[in-house]
Amino acid sequence: MNSIHDMGGMHGFGPILVEDDEPVFHEEWEGRVYALALTWYPWARYKEWGSFRHTLEKIPPKDYLSMSYYERWFFVNEQKALQTGIVTENELKNGQADPEYLMPQLEPQSDSWLGSGHLGQEIDAKFEAGGIVRAKEINGREHNRLPRYVRGKKGTIIRDNGVYALQDTNEKDEQPYDDPQHVYTVRFSSKELWGNASHENDFIYLDLWESYLEPA
Amino acid sequence: MSRGGQKIGRRKFLKGAAVGAAAVSSTAISNAQDAESADHQHVPSDIALRVKALETVLTEKNLLDPSALDEVVDQYENRIGPQNGAKVVAKAWVDSDYKARLLDDGTAAIGELDLLGNQGEHMVVVENTTEVHNLVVCTLCSCYPWPTLGLPPTWYKSSAYRARAVIEPRAVLLEFGLEVSDETEIRVWDSTAEMRYLVLPRRPEGAEDMNEKELADIVTRDSMIGVAVL
Repeated sequence: MNSIHDMGGMHGFGPILVEDDEPVFHEEWEGRVYALALTWYPWARYKEWGSFRHTLEKIPPKDYLSMSYYERWFFVNEQKALQTGIVTENELKNGQADPEYLMPQLEPQSDSWLGSGHLGQEIDAKFEAGGIVRAKEINGREHNRLPRYVRGKKGTIIRDNGVYALQDTNEKDEQPYDDPQHVYTVRFSSKELWGNASHENDFIYLDLWESYLEPA
Repeated sequence: MSRGGQKIGRRKFLKGAAVGAAAVSSTAISNAQDAESADHQHVPSDIALRVKALETVLTEKNLLDPSALDEVVDQYENRIGPQNGAKVVAKAWVDSDYKARLLDDGTAAIGELDLLGNQGEHMVVVENTTEVHNLVVCTLCSCYPWPTLGLPPTWYKSSAYRARAVIEPRAVLLEFGLEVSDETEIRVWDSTAEMRYLVLPRRPEGAEDMNEKELADIVTRDSMIGVAVL
């Protein structure tokens, strides 16, 4: 989806502020949020859970920008917990589980679910290293991993990374679990992406699923 | 904190920001950035309570074991960090066969040191040379190789870094105090899929006589992201 998370190339955010000797977590709750997201039971095991990234990206831009990284992570986890019916608003308000509340039965992922990660599947590759490709214009409301700044731009494939499941969702936050594709590393010149005023020796590399690309 | 190369302590920065907020009317414009850079400044006061509530409710439902959370926090605060990536770099500097394997198949070579894991399952190592300087970013999210570098610093997750690294890498590097010559090629790696990137910095001059352990001690996190050289 075209929203504020897709920041590459934007102006106006000012200088990069570096904190010296930064702690891993600034507040105890940040560590709890991070660990919760990694640890808790339903993560990705149920269809109703949907995509972490899509929920993150659906945060309205003005809220996204005013939230810290771990606030966003907490928001996503809270949303998932509520949307799946694992917890209720009242339980969160009271800070304790309601013994009367019955959790809905959640639907496990189908057998064809590929999850994420390298799949080791043998699928014919449409492109090979050295090939010139163009990133497609994809402007749906789903989650995808094709930044706006490369759409429509021409680049060179430098590596085929093997086969990975496409992580895109549809608008309803459902994923195409059975869509394994080659993922290629594509090199774009800064001049192609940003115009002639940019530096001739700057190059940007992105890892792109095959369905994001067409021959150029 | 450093802003435009000026380094000041965090406490002083926060104090300065508070004074500035009272005096300057453009605070709203900078709020978003401040929220990210000094992240607990604008956090609603009840977030710690809301986090606690979710953790408690899940625990009471037997969906969560709080000691498992303690373990994760301890891991990332104390055991997983840039010291791991530094071991990879130091080994590559002293062992040319390992370096060749590392650049050919980062995942396998880092796996030899048992340093793969969550958000570091598929590793690509890119080498800085006299001709090429590499820089890692994630514009869409804040993807980062956790097993080798730990959790990312706040600046890596900031809107400013995510927005600017791909369009003006030289200006970004200059802000970190690094001037890259016009003849040097800059390669920016935007971690959009599941590969995670680690920069292999150049071995500094004067480090010829150091052993692997000593070398690991001089490798910094920033040099493995690409915003610093050694």
